[in-house]
Parts: sequence; C-alpha cells; structure tokens
Amino acid sequence: MTLRQLTKASTAAILSTVSLVAGALLGGVLLSDQASAETPADKGLAIAQEIDRRDLGFENSKTVLRMILRNKQGESSTRELRIETLEIPDPDVGDKSLTVFDHPRDIKGTAFLSFTKILDPDDQWIYLPALKRVKRISSANKSGPFVGSEFAYEDLTSFEVKKYDYLWLGDEDCGESMPGLSCYMLERRPLFENSGYTRQVSWVDQEEYRIVKVEFYDRKDSLLKSLTLTDYKQYLDQYWRSHKQHMVNHQTGKETVLEFDDFVFREGVNARNFNKNRLARLR
Amino acid sequence: MSRALRGLAVLGLALLNAMENPGAAQDIDALGGAEFELSGNAAFELRIHPESPQFEGQRDNRLAPSVTFAPEFRLFWDTARFTFIPFLRYDPEDTVGRTHSDIRELNLYTESDDWDLTVGLGKVFWGVAESRHLVDIINQTDGVEDIDEEDKLGQPMVQLNLLRDWGEVGFFLLPGFRERTFVGQKGRLRLPLRVDTDNPIYESAAEDRRIDAAARYAHTIGDWDFGASYFHGTGRAPTLVPDFDANGSRVLRPRYEVIDQFGLDVQATLDAWLLKFEGIHRSGQGDSFFATVGGFEYTFFGVSEEGADLGVLAEYHYDGRGDDAPPTIFDNDIFLGARYVWNDEFDTEFLGGGVIDQSNQSVLLSVEASRRLNDQWSLDLESRFFLNANDDPLLESFSDDGFVLLRLSRFF
Repeated sequence: MTLRQLTKASTAAILSTVSLVAGALLGGVLLSDQASAETPADKGLAIAQEIDRRDLGFENSKTVLRMILRNKQGESSTRELRIETLEIPDPDVGDKSLTVFDHPRDIKGTAFLSFTKILDPDDQWIYLPALKRVKRISSANKSGPFVGSEFAYEDLTSFEVKKYDYLWLGDEDCGESMPGLSCYMLERRPLFENSGYTRQVSWVDQEEYRIVKVEFYDRKDSLLKSLTLTDYKQYLDQYWRSHKQHMVNHQTGKETVLEFDDFVFREGVNARNFNKNRLARLR
Repeated sequence: MSRALRGLAVLGLALLNAMENPGAAQDIDALGGAEFELSGNAAFELRIHPESPQFEGQRDNRLAPSVTFAPEFRLFWDTARFTFIPFLRYDPEDTVGRTHSDIRELNLYTESDDWDLTVGLGKVFWGVAESRHLVDIINQTDGVEDIDEEDKLGQPMVQLNLLRDWGEVGFFLLPGFRERTFVGQKGRLRLPLRVDTDNPIYESAAEDRRIDAAARYAHTIGDWDFGASYFHGTGRAPTLVPDFDANGSRVLRPRYEVIDQFGLDVQATLDAWLLKFEGIHRSGQGDSFFATVGGFEYTFFGVSEEGADLGVLAEYHYDGRGDDAPPTIFDNDIFLGARYVWNDEFDTEFLGGGVIDQSNQSVLLSVEASRRLNDQWSLDLESRFFLNANDDPLLESFSDDGFVLLRLSRFF
C-alpha cells in the first residue's frame, strides 16, 4: 500500500493562485465610466473580464513561494514550494501548473501537476519521489485545506472568468494598502460543484485591477476567511503580481501567509514538463 | 537485547547529531557550473512483536530495533541531473539478511523537449493498484525491508523516453540482474528453510549478466490514464526449489526463469471515484497465465469540521498461475481498506486494510500511519498481522511474526 496521499491534490493549485490572485489584475483602462447604463451583474462581469484581459499573454511564469502557517497559539510552520505556470490562452480551458515542494524535508520533491478546468474538476497528478510513483488524484473536492493551510484548493486555482457569476456591489476606498485608490466591490458566486463558499467579495482597484482583499463566505453565508494581498509588483510593463498574501480564518483564528519571490516570466519554463509522464522523472 | 538497543541508540544519536549542524550540506551550492544538493533521511525503527517466532533459530525478541540511513546527493545542470542515493540498514537481530546496503540510484539523467534518457542504477514504478503492484517489474524487490514489495533495489538501466502528442513511449535496456533479498535465519518474517542466495539457479546461460529489455506506452485521454508494457527477461520473483546445501542441510534455492510479460494498467478518475485495473499475461514459468487486480477508491471529502477526507478502497485479485510459477498470496483475494487524511499541518494520514483469501479465509492485515512532528522529524506507524494463516502455504510461515513498527525519521 502507499500511504502518502498528501493532503489531496491541492498543491497544483497554488501555482495558479498566482494567477487568480496575483495574476489576474493588471492595468490601465478604466471601465467604470462605461458602466453607467449597466446592471450590477453586467458591470460585475465586465470587471471580471477586464481583470482576466489584463493578464492575457503572460505565456508562463515561475516563482518560489513560502507558506507560513500559524495557529491560534501562535505556533508556526513553513512550507516552501516552487511553482511554474503555463498559460493556456483558450478561455474555455484553464491554465496548467507544476508545483514542487522543497520544504518541509519529508515531502521534498513531492510534486503536483494540475490542468485547470472551467466547471469540471481539474486534472491532477501527484508525484511521490520515494516510490517514483505518479498518481492521478481526484480533484472533486475544492473546499478542503491545502497542505494544512487556510487556503482551500479553490482559493489557489487559476482565475477563469467562466467559473463564477458576478455582481458589482459598489465602490469603496481601497484601504491602507493602496491609499488614495478607489476599489470596485465585486461579488462572485461559484458555478462549479463542491465549492466551500456561497460567495466571495473582492476589492479590485480601479486603476490597475489588482485584487486588494477578498472575503469568503461559507455555505451558511457567514464570514469564514479574509485575504489581503499586498506588495504588488508589475512585470513586463503589464502583469501585476502580489508578493504577500495573508489569509485569516475568522472561525478558527488560524492564519496563513504566502510570501512570493520575484516572478520570472517567459524564461526557463518548459511546456513539455507539464506532462504526467515527465513528472515521474522530476527527481 | 537491551545492549543492542543502547548501541543503536548511541549510533542513531551520533548520526543525527552529525546532521543537526550540516553547515554547507543544506540545499544547493554551486559546484563547477552545477548546483549541488544534499538531502535524505536517517531513521530509527522499533518493531514490536507480540508473539514468539515459530522457527528454530529465530531471535525471540519482543522489541527489535534497527536503523536506516539514506542520503541523497544530486547535481543539477540546466537539462541534466546526476543522482546518487545509497541505502543502509543495520538490524542487530539479523546481521546476515536484513542488515544490508544497496545503491538505490546512481544515474545520469538528461532531457530535451521531446525525449529524456537515464543511464545508471535507477528506479521505475508502473501501476495504479494499491494492494498489489502487478505490472511493476523493472526493479527487483528488496524483500528484507517489508513484505509489501514497495522497497526496490537499484536496477542498472538505459532508459529512453519519447514524448509525443499521442503519448509517451519508453524503452528500457536492463544490463544485469539483481537477486531478490531474503531475511536471514535469525530474523522474523522468514520462510521455514534457509533461502540459499549464494546458489541461485538461472534459466539464462548468462545468469545475472543477461541483458533484459522492456517497453512501455503510457497516455492520458480525458479522465483515463493508461499504460501498456512488455518485458522480456529474467523474472524478478524466483521460484524456490527445495535442495540441500554443502553441509547437507535442507535449503530453498531461488530459481530465476526467463519470462515474457505483457502488462496493462488503467485508471479512470471520475469525480470522487478512482477506478483501477491492472492485468498481466506471463509466460516462461510453467503454463502461461493471466493475473489481474481491479477495484476502486472512493473519497468522502470534508468528513470532519477541519476538512479531513475518508477514502474507502476495494480491490479484487485473481491470479491464474500454476505450481511451476513463483507462488503468490493474491490467487483469489479481496482487499478492503480505508484511508483517512486529516489535511492538517502535520500531514497526518492513516491507511489500513486487509487482504482476505477467498478460498482459505486467511487475512493479511496492514496498517500504515504517519505524522510530521516538525520540520526535521516524522513519525510513522506500520503494522502487519496474519490471521487464519495456518491454511495458507505462504502466510503460514509469517503467522507468528505479526508486528507493530514505530519509525522515527530525521530528514535533512
């Protein structure tokens, strides 16, 4: 028997988080003005499409991520992973991601390969280096914790417009992380099965379409978690990425911080490695 | 016993101490254009045997400690990698069989966009099933490590893989054969007679220098992952032939036949269902035969407040081999098991199950659990017990050797 299932598929996901969270938001064009005649649903969708549009064409990226998990007693543990993302331009197909753990040591070399789907469960494989075994795993579960963190799989998977319904809730000051900027409040409701949320509310800055904050409401529609995204940097004069993301679970008091190294775009990512057969020779 | 235990503890502590401050040994350092990485683990194991052994000569210890050490050295270049992974186990109870060393990997790997090549001692795994690894054949089983056939000896190989849009094709040249390892006379989980590993019988005139060959095609289409494989060479599992050694004592001599084996492995991943199938057709060991394992794993997600998952597994085994082939316990068996994954920060996991023989009702019970203690340390629990084993010709030898094993591992 092979024990290691390692906290389900989720790792793969992380990679893409980047794209959801970080990636999604780049900027320039203001579309708020053209929204005057729109319904809140139309305007919400338009904001989401603009977020997505501004992230098109990044082709691929890679970075190193540290996840710091903290419980209510303040004890912390750290994971370190390398993430490569491959953009799939077709809007009906999601991006691909490859995530490799470097830390903690007992799971060093463990890797996840994930092909994001829009409404279907993603395709996911895990690689267990000690056994040299690649396992296809079920990704039907979107709401479980990712490697014991406060991020659920669905929080990390790549942002695809068609995964959600949208509603523009209004405009608000972006708050202290982006002083002086106005944000759209964008609500999104998952269209895929097995989400852990009824809805999420995001604050999206009106200049660059960066996601500044997200509040997650559980299935009973009570506030479950909130995520703050800071330390944004722009790459290739277009793509904004957050380098620090802080998730707080209001129901358990636990927290997870993601710290990203600088991203590298269009360099050193081999599309052929996004292949479950190659995965078996990753290490 | 207690002296051995103390000796081991001292040795273990010394090892761990040496690793506590590894200095430059951590992570990646530049080394002549390549990046060097040292990692690996050392472990202290304690096997607890509630029962006395049944054979004369076996050590009657309730507590059987041993240690393992497996450093991993790697050099990385842009499109190439060198790997060296030696393995060492010291078991004071069985210094002949279980105390052993091996080179798990010593190879050079190089990759291009649509092909890759591995040359040296390596390891390859094929298959999808949980309770038996039927199609997996490249590596010899390191039989003294565990009875689950998941520990493997390093296999000399030239492995070439071609990656195409229509799937991957792998070609294997396997120069040199590794003999299966067997527990010594003093150890637990051994056969009634000594296995005379010094005098194996080979069908091939080249003996252990025969060059074996294998090929595999693997692909994914939608929810389906599948692989088809072919192996021609010396079978990894020996037939054990009763004989006498030079002293006139009765022994079992391993006999290795040349076989042809076709294998097929398929997994369908349908939401929370994993449907699995492996099948082989083998000739060269008496009458040719088919063997299969097939079943499912279904996962109930989020069964606890904290988001734990519960998986239930069932697999059916059939094996049509005759008396001239190496015996197997999986002739007509059902495996039932459960997996519980806490999804916590310690990666706590549990997997337990039993292989039930349909004809003689013998049961092989198996439990594996693990939990990370902190960044460096992990704790594993493994247990195997043999119930109703007296009517099963294979399990009977192990019937008093059920154990609970605790393993404390230090990763670096």
